[in-house]
Amino acid sequence: MTRVAVIGAGCTKLDEHWDKSLRDLSTEAGVLALKDAGLEGKDIQALYIGNMSAGRFIGQEHLAALTVDHAGLTPIPATRCEAACASGALAFRKACMAIKSGEYDIVVAAGAEKMTDIKGTSAISTLMGAGDQEWESAVGLTFVGLYALMTNAYMREFGLTREELALVPVKNHKHGLNNPYAQFNKEITVQDVLNSPLIADPLRLLDCSPITDGAAAVILASERAARKFDNPVWVLGSGQASDTLALHSRASLTEMLAARVASRKAYEQAGLGPDKIDVAEVHDCFSIAEVLAYEDLGFANKGEARKLLINNETAIGGRIPVNTDGGLKLGHPVGATGIKQIIEIVKQLRGRAVTQVKDAKTGLTHNVGGSGATALVHIFGSE
Amino acid sequence: MVHSSIPLFWRLRKAKYRLEGTKCRKCKSVFFPPRSFCSRCRRKGEIECFPFSGKGTIISYTIIRTPPEGFEKQSPYAVAIVKLDEGAQISGQVIGDLKEVETGKRVSAVFRKMYEDGPQGVINYGLKFALTG
Ligand SMILES: [Zn+2]
Repeated sequence: MTRVAVIGAGCTKLDEHWDKSLRDLSTEAGVLALKDAGLEGKDIQALYIGNMSAGRFIGQEHLAALTVDHAGLTPIPATRCEAACASGALAFRKACMAIKSGEYDIVVAAGAEKMTDIKGTSAISTLMGAGDQEWESAVGLTFVGLYALMTNAYMREFGLTREELALVPVKNHKHGLNNPYAQFNKEITVQDVLNSPLIADPLRLLDCSPITDGAAAVILASERAARKFDNPVWVLGSGQASDTLALHSRASLTEMLAARVASRKAYEQAGLGPDKIDVAEVHDCFSIAEVLAYEDLGFANKGEARKLLINNETAIGGRIPVNTDGGLKLGHPVGATGIKQIIEIVKQLRGRAVTQVKDAKTGLTHNVGGSGATALVHIFGSE
Repeated sequence: MVHSSIPLFWRLRKAKYRLEGTKCRKCKSVFFPPRSFCSRCRRKGEIECFPFSGKGTIISYTIIRTPPEGFEKQSPYAVAIVKLDEGAQISGQVIGDLKEVETGKRVSAVFRKMYEDGPQGVINYGLKFALTG
């Protein structure tokens, strides 16, 4: 089976793009990725696009066909992948598999979401489509509500304080201060987090990722095709796992089993463990999600994630810098997020990130769908 | 809102009005929300109707202050994950004083108005929980 490499990457600014439609955003990201690779549209053999809910956000289904149509890439095969907020990483994994199958040499994996065409409460309800409509949405739960339930359970079980939890957004805002693609470039303090309005107790506004429009794309190549390009970033491992759709059906509220299983698979494939990861992008849709990710990915033992935060081990300069581009707090166009995370790791391994980790050779991405019913973990290496 | 469809509401009436869940005769797993297929035994399972008492314990909770569509008038409101005494876990609103809601407290299911489907729409009823001490 061939190895797979990322040979090009492109991302739109993460923002409220009132002047652009979804098709404009995905084309923009795709063109940037092709330019970066030094390729042309005619070189692309297939496209996979992650998108959570264009049907409810903009009333548009059949998104993959629209994407290749608008990019002038017809008649290549185009496939939409959906796993809520993990749709982007899912598209990436499907594109990798398509190349590994031997069917293609050059494939685009993209992600896109247009979330600001509808009003805020409708967006909240649409996002909650990732949960159990009959038994979670129907009682008035929201996504931040689900993560708040995890937060309360975790704080109670392991003694994490509200101040310690605030270190997650504080660190990520600091990391993303100079990120030109971020929706916000602003340093915040623990006090700012604690003073921001409560959204779902104990989570506050600055614990939450925003509503964002954006698209991201990467070009993937088989080993024989990738050899012709500068700085290919190799996919060393890919893991995906599932759990119960509803949070209430899980045995534990303080870990994501799907992320644990997916990461174990990815580490196994890559032939390395969490101690060998130089930089990681984790799915911090809400502050607690980053805390759980540290433990689910093996960066910390269960209940000990707080130590990484207190000792700045996941900050730039620390043992394992996490979310060097600012993470999801600085923009979360749900279907695009998984690809956006991969792009940051690609930049890090090429040595061209805005907030560069010195000599980064291996990187990891962790993309979660819903409250943890889907998780994907990818591991990358510069060799 | 998909969850306010009338056929859906009719389909779930036994679960929502009478707390009817299910149980697998083979492995003794109990399910609420009800499952028509045992997720442990799969095809070998034998699912039967199983009534729940509605009594349980809060294992985590939150106060929703930014509500989704249809719940705007009730906000802020408490939602908890309740471990039912018979064994399954379910999400539900907890009525009463928000300050009284805490992990570990005992609750009992009650039948209440859930949300309105617009000014001319259907009023949906369902399960909520009341603190019992
Ligand atoms: Zn069974």
